[in-house]
Amino acid sequence: MTSLLITRFRQGKRTLPFPATEPILPDQFRGLPVIDEARCQAGCKACVEICPTDAITNNGALTIDLGRCLFCPECSNSCPEGAIRFSRQYRLATSDRADLVLENGQSLKLARRMADDLHRILGRSLKLRQVSAGGCNGCEADVNVLNTVVFDLGRFGVQFVASPRHADGLLITGPVTQNMKLALQKTYEAVPDPKIVIAVGACAIAGGPFRDHPEVLNGAEKVLPIDLFVPGCPPHPITILDGLLRLLGKRQENTEVLQR
Amino acid sequence: MRRSLSSFRNGESLPLANVPDLPQGEFRAKTIAAVHEGWWLAALFGTPMENGRLQLISVLADPLTSGLAAISTEVGEVYPCLTVECSQAHWFEREIAEQWKVEPQGHPWCKPIRFHTPYRSPIAADAPPLGVTEFFAVRGSEVHEVAVGPVHAGIIEPGHFRFQCHGERVFHLEIALGYQHRGIEPALVGGPGKRTIHEIETLAGDTSIGHATAYCEAVEGLGGVAAPARAQVLRGIMLELERLANHIGDLGALAGDVGYLPTAAYCGRIRGDFLNLTAAICGSRFGRGMLRPGGVLFDINAKLAAELTRRLATALNDVENAVQLMWDTPSVQARFQDTGPLTAQTCDALGLVGPAARACGVERDIRQDFPSGVFRFAQIPLSRWDTGDVFARAWVRWLEIQRSGVFLREQLASLPEGPISRAVWPLLPAHLTVSLSEGWRGAVCHVAITDQSGRFARYKIIDPSFRNWSGLAMAMRDQQISDFPLCNKSFNLSYCGHDL
Repeated sequence: MTSLLITRFRQGKRTLPFPATEPILPDQFRGLPVIDEARCQAGCKACVEICPTDAITNNGALTIDLGRCLFCPECSNSCPEGAIRFSRQYRLATSDRADLVLENGQSLKLARRMADDLHRILGRSLKLRQVSAGGCNGCEADVNVLNTVVFDLGRFGVQFVASPRHADGLLITGPVTQNMKLALQKTYEAVPDPKIVIAVGACAIAGGPFRDHPEVLNGAEKVLPIDLFVPGCPPHPITILDGLLRLLGKRQENTEVLQR
Repeated sequence: MRRSLSSFRNGESLPLANVPDLPQGEFRAKTIAAVHEGWWLAALFGTPMENGRLQLISVLADPLTSGLAAISTEVGEVYPCLTVECSQAHWFEREIAEQWKVEPQGHPWCKPIRFHTPYRSPIAADAPPLGVTEFFAVRGSEVHEVAVGPVHAGIIEPGHFRFQCHGERVFHLEIALGYQHRGIEPALVGGPGKRTIHEIETLAGDTSIGHATAYCEAVEGLGGVAAPARAQVLRGIMLELERLANHIGDLGALAGDVGYLPTAAYCGRIRGDFLNLTAAICGSRFGRGMLRPGGVLFDINAKLAAELTRRLATALNDVENAVQLMWDTPSVQARFQDTGPLTAQTCDALGLVGPAARACGVERDIRQDFPSGVFRFAQIPLSRWDTGDVFARAWVRWLEIQRSGVFLREQLASLPEGPISRAVWPLLPAHLTVSLSEGWRGAVCHVAITDQSGRFARYKIIDPSFRNWSGLAMAMRDQQISDFPLCNKSFNLSYCGHDL
């Protein structure tokens, strides 16, 4: 018993003061990709060609689809002019799929609070059922850590529950495999109305590295309506948490972030 | 047998013409004899031939000499199975039957393992409906069946478990997977392409480094080059950080599963500290973006090495403090000991790998048996315990945490000078390479075969979970069904790594 108390004392309080203060992210953190239009050379397609998921297109202006982006260092390493780089911007979640497609210099419209009628019911207590539908356990793991003392998700009224019958919504990871389609649909149907759906990670948004394999459906949107998109491969836990808090209306500042 | 099989090393490539093409009987006899002599069946798989038939390749690994051998044979629509005389082949042959519509005759339980369209079938409708299959059933009074999944109670991947129970006692557990199947192997054919490394890093996302190491070493073997010394050490550091994060998470989860919350809460946090060390190096908590064929993309400078060493010491101190509580608590030990035991005989028969094998007293560790990269020069002592139960699987993890910690301290203090990357391309045409790495769950095995233009004609991936799911099923025999979560966590296997 004494050793238990001594250990408790030594381990200390470890819950992050987020969202009251900004998180400390690693030096190499790859957040929102940013394009410096002035440096981008006309005719150069290095980043477009190297992008593994075709997230970057160039039809006159460079466009990045954050939903497809794996946040890998390939594009920034390939650019001879240093015109594309990853910023430290971790706020990335949106309410609409189209908002993830950023044209040159456009700011990112962050997720808005859920509709008033939903917010009245779910705003202070949100129970989620997680479904992995072909996820690689990266997104699953970084959703799971929200339950640790570091993030302490419970203090925001959000809890992951064991049954869809107890849930207010689903949090989906993975590209949705053909083999999980039916199970995902059945799980969704088992959630009582009104309900929300959250897609976490490049796979659940657009198929991720497995996009266009015949065995996957290129994301959850093909099967269910999505209320929150959290891009990343996997998204940093703080990005997921920021998205959840915005959906709940518990974080409303900085509704748009600039590409810088 | 040692003399009669030509031998090559982990990560080396050899011309396809040097892979002996044996008559079916000889192929079968040699594979079975080698396994009975203590070789380990690293891989058994099919690859299509131009004449429409199938080439079966078995890769055998001899832990005594660190030698590998590959032999092949040609089969039509049926061939006599190896499984009846070599149980290590049982899951491989089910995979061959499903991928290529070839029947291993005499296989005692030849069901699909992933439920997908055969690779050679043009008709999509050929995919069997998932989970609609025969399950082994026990009949009699007071016998009942429990079906769980695919969607489970936690934040966890999908899979289906079918228990045959007598009261609370489990007679038999059958595990049906395939829900996570993303078709990775066929997608890699024709590569390497710009997406290949990303599919490798996410085929089992908690083993990004383990698989990326095997992939990069396979490509380097086919390119006839080796990564620079500094890159090899950096890869070793990433691999051990991955092992530490996962082992610590597992010890916390095991404590949580027996209701011992202090260790569960502390380890959940400390696991994150190790993921953050990985992110401090390459920006990704899972090590994505770090390894590329030819080397690594991120270096560790002197300042970062000092910072990592400092943070590592603090985190390891915290782990010791948190885990020691659990070892000192009799109620935890009572739940761990004698739960889900496996014998060394079962382990060898199934060819289990990783901490699960070493917990049965079996000495099997790629870093020792078939070392590559930095592990040829810096040996990590093999960690072993012999009771085969949940306690042993936890204890082996604890030993490995301490030994990986020592390794990291040493390596961070003595990084070799030099570049971190070199050119690899082009790859040798018509060659085969076998690449093994010791991921945190156990042996990761990649086999790459190139065509005449140096592109992948076949890329075979064997995640440690592919072998160890059978171990979990065996560990549950004669156990209380309520012990399943604890047994399951003590293996902590990957669904997507199996399903590919």
